[in-house]
Amino acid sequence: MFDASKVRQDFPLLTRGDTVFLDSAASSQKPEAVLRAMDDVYRRGYANVHRGVYAWSEAATAAYDAARAEVADFLGAPSPEEIVFTRNATESLNLLAYSYGRTFLKAGDEIILSELEHHANFVPWLVLARERGVVLRFWPVGVDGTLSLAALDALITPRTRLITFAQVSNVLGTITDPRPVVARARAVGARVIVDGAQSAPHMPVNVADLGVDFFVCSGHKMLGPTGIGVLYGRRELLEAMPPFLTGGDMISRVSFEGATWNEVPLKFEAGTPAFVEAIGLGAAVRYLSALGMANVRAHEIEITDYALERLSEVPGLRILGPDTADRHGGAIAFTLPRVHPHDLASLLDQRGIAVRAGHHCAQPLHERLGITASTRASFYVYSMPQDVDALIEGIESARKTLRA
Amino acid sequence: MSDLYRENLLDHYENPRHRGSLAGATISHEETNPLCGDRIRIDIALSDDGETIADIAFSGDGCIISQASASMLMEDVIGKAVADALATDRQHVLDLVGAPLTPSRMKCALLGLKVMKTGLANWRLARGESSGLA
Repeated sequence: MFDASKVRQDFPLLTRGDTVFLDSAASSQKPEAVLRAMDDVYRRGYANVHRGVYAWSEAATAAYDAARAEVADFLGAPSPEEIVFTRNATESLNLLAYSYGRTFLKAGDEIILSELEHHANFVPWLVLARERGVVLRFWPVGVDGTLSLAALDALITPRTRLITFAQVSNVLGTITDPRPVVARARAVGARVIVDGAQSAPHMPVNVADLGVDFFVCSGHKMLGPTGIGVLYGRRELLEAMPPFLTGGDMISRVSFEGATWNEVPLKFEAGTPAFVEAIGLGAAVRYLSALGMANVRAHEIEITDYALERLSEVPGLRILGPDTADRHGGAIAFTLPRVHPHDLASLLDQRGIAVRAGHHCAQPLHERLGITASTRASFYVYSMPQDVDALIEGIESARKTLRA
Repeated sequence: MSDLYRENLLDHYENPRHRGSLAGATISHEETNPLCGDRIRIDIALSDDGETIADIAFSGDGCIISQASASMLMEDVIGKAVADALATDRQHVLDLVGAPLTPSRMKCALLGLKVMKTGLANWRLARGESSGLA
């Protein structure tokens, strides 16, 4: 039985009780288990990985490898070698645009990406398009905030080489099932990248079942520390791709004449990796697995459903994106007539309620919606109905203050 | 009553001073705050000798802090010497706003000042003068 009030006890910052935290889509809070896992490395035996033949280094290397295996298991990757550690989902996507994009895409090739993408899954492809003459085609967001397969079908051509999209939108909360996209991509020999920054933390993900070629996510949004991200890639693709960053650790042999590359995934991990953070992420996915990702999603549906209902009672409030929780991840963006999101967020902050205001790194989407900014409340394993109640009271109070 | 959104601030937002555009503007400059999409455009009509702000108006959209602070700035600089307007510092505008602002909200409050100073400085530079910015 999932009990958010009990889960909350595992989060030191939340047990203080001074903040109603509704910005987990930007970054989640951290449970004691993650803090302790990282602290233990520094206190009980810290040394660089892959270097020393002494106990501390061997132990750190073993813990780093174990974390990779845990992340692989969590995401359903067939083998740990298909998990590359990066800094975050943004770096994972840049790695793909540089290493995969610049090697396998040429002028005239087409990339399909959705209109609701985070800038992280937008800008690397814009740069690639400008540099290489690759054509970007935008999968339009429907009026209900969803991405329809009919709209996708209208965009796919024999020149489609890559389809990249967020499994869950960080603004609209829209959930898009990768499976039918993968089937369509296969039909024309295109690759599929799924931005899982907002899905991996919140729902069961199995990259092998989904059949995607690449999947990216960020550790800090899934109870882990900052500075650690994940790129899953099918082994044959990772092996065919050139390195992204070069230097130590990623080489097999270096001479004055040249260098050969290490095996995957180390080929993509130049320099000392953020291995303590990786170990922290390992603890985070262990914690999530213990909760059970199906339970995590069920809790999210419950709280999102309640929030959608309460928010829809506020006069004039417009919810951006799907209006039912079963099609909605744990982020709800909205606008209020005559109240700018930044003013609302400031007034909520004065009541100790933390929400996000702005374009949430999705300016093209806001442009498509005809607005410059929105307010976003987002939930996670520790979110409770009283957090939603506090938000609603805060909104009502802000409307009075601002005479809106 | 909110500390942040005091009567004076709300009044400037609801009843902005010098809002609109100037037909005979010498200078017209616009910028946005990329964080939240606040947008402010300022038109300035200089005196014939180019030394005084004869008239000034702002337009745009965005949060209360950005729009009200622009309105306050208009009242503050109209009729002033260009040199003095260029010397207006951040704290002066924050004092006009008179609300406790977090660093991210200060950017909202200071957008109008930035637009005005950049507009004036660009105009001076285009005439081969020094920008006059400190």
